Amino acid sequence: MIDLQGYGPRLLEGALVTLEVAVLSLLLALILGLLTASAKLSRHWLFHRIATLYTTLIRGVPDLVLMMLLFFGGQIGVNMFTDWLYYQFDVDIFININEFIAGVVTIGFIFGAYMGETFRGAFLAVDSGQIEAGRAYGMSNRLIFRRIQFPQMMRHALPGLGNNWMVLLKTTALVSVIGLSDMVRIAAEATKATHEPFLFMIPVAVVYLLIASVSEWIVARLQKHYNVGFGEADEWNN
Amino acid sequence: MEQLNAWFTELLSDNAIFTANTLGYYLDGLGSTVRLVFLSLIIGLVLAVPLAIARGSRRKWIKWPVFLYTYVFRGTPLLIQLYLIYYGVVFIEGIQDTFLWAILKDAFYPALIAFTLNTAAYTTEIFHGAIKATPRGEIEAARAYGMSRALMMRRIIMPSAFRRALPAYGNEVIFMLHASAIASVVTIMDLTGAARFVYARFYAPFDAFLFVAAIYLCLTFAILYLFRYLEKKLLAHLKPLNG
Repeated sequence: MIDLQGYGPRLLEGALVTLEVAVLSLLLALILGLLTASAKLSRHWLFHRIATLYTTLIRGVPDLVLMMLLFFGGQIGVNMFTDWLYYQFDVDIFININEFIAGVVTIGFIFGAYMGETFRGAFLAVDSGQIEAGRAYGMSNRLIFRRIQFPQMMRHALPGLGNNWMVLLKTTALVSVIGLSDMVRIAAEATKATHEPFLFMIPVAVVYLLIASVSEWIVARLQKHYNVGFGEADEWNN
Repeated sequence: MEQLNAWFTELLSDNAIFTANTLGYYLDGLGSTVRLVFLSLIIGLVLAVPLAIARGSRRKWIKWPVFLYTYVFRGTPLLIQLYLIYYGVVFIEGIQDTFLWAILKDAFYPALIAFTLNTAAYTTEIFHGAIKATPRGEIEAARAYGMSRALMMRRIIMPSAFRRALPAYGNEVIFMLHASAIASVVTIMDLTGAARFVYARFYAPFDAFLFVAAIYLCLTFAILYLFRYLEKKLLAHLKPLNG
């Protein structure tokens, strides 16, 4: 392995932390995004209102400010809640908001709002005749979602999801600011100690580019999967 | 004014955190943020126009370097770019002896350079996409009039490309405003820097950060409405009839 003045192994660990944060917050964002999209498409005005408030507020405030609010304020908020639980119900629990949790939750929360917009558009793009056809076959709502809506929605959502993932990946660099030892923080520490910014920052930048390139390839593969039946006639003709 | 001042002082008198003093920090921070974002957007815009034209060139040795630049700057986090320039600028051979050093040793200018290069990369891609989306008929009509390539670029392609790029560019402006929060990481007292200072001084995370979040929200909405107004004016000819 490349030594990088002894910082090589730590940078590698940092790269893993970056990936962990990115993947976990992606999962959270996807779940929140689906919930937001269904709330926005629901006929109930309250759900609609809440989802709109969520996406508007989140997209109007910088990620770093939200992250600091959650990291510095979250512990106080959680402590107040657990104290209340203790006095009211005699339940004694302690929840520790560390940098990792704060990072994942904030990034997931922010990108849930963006994913929600993507999913909403994609759901609207699915022809309503398809859903009616499913109903005509006597499918339950859940089966319609699983077999008809979701696979077709994904075809429309994938380009947007891919974009969101790329932005999310770059946003993970911010967790270094609240103190999580991802590869950016380790590179910054190494830079301060050795005064060699290029030696550490350029490899980190290359790792980001690598992850981005690999994800581009994966998104293209997924796109092919969900595009089955649409515009791939060439393959059959040859 | 006098009355307003008195009213304001009284309002703040029983508030431990938001004194006139801390509000001053926020005001200075607002100034820094606006200066940083505005300057980097303007310079980035000026850089992006020729770069976008070069990006669409048919000559490989013009096209590829621009593509590489936008790929690298759009594919890596802004924070890394900021660190590279902030820490790296010291190592340019002999820079400490030139007049440039007086400018560059302040954190503001390295941040400005990083932000400018970043937004120029994004804006280049936005304009490139808008130029590529020019309807064929418009170009054919320009050719039929015997316009040269430069004239066609100036009179036909660029004006319509600018309009098409407007919504995406509005997003980029908001993105830049939000991205500027990381300037506080390299000791710049921007809005976020002011909030961090107030937080550290009073240990009041909610007051410090919610207040600054509200300011960012107002700025975001102001930009949003500005661009909506511009779109309404400049894209009026694209609206459906009776729309």
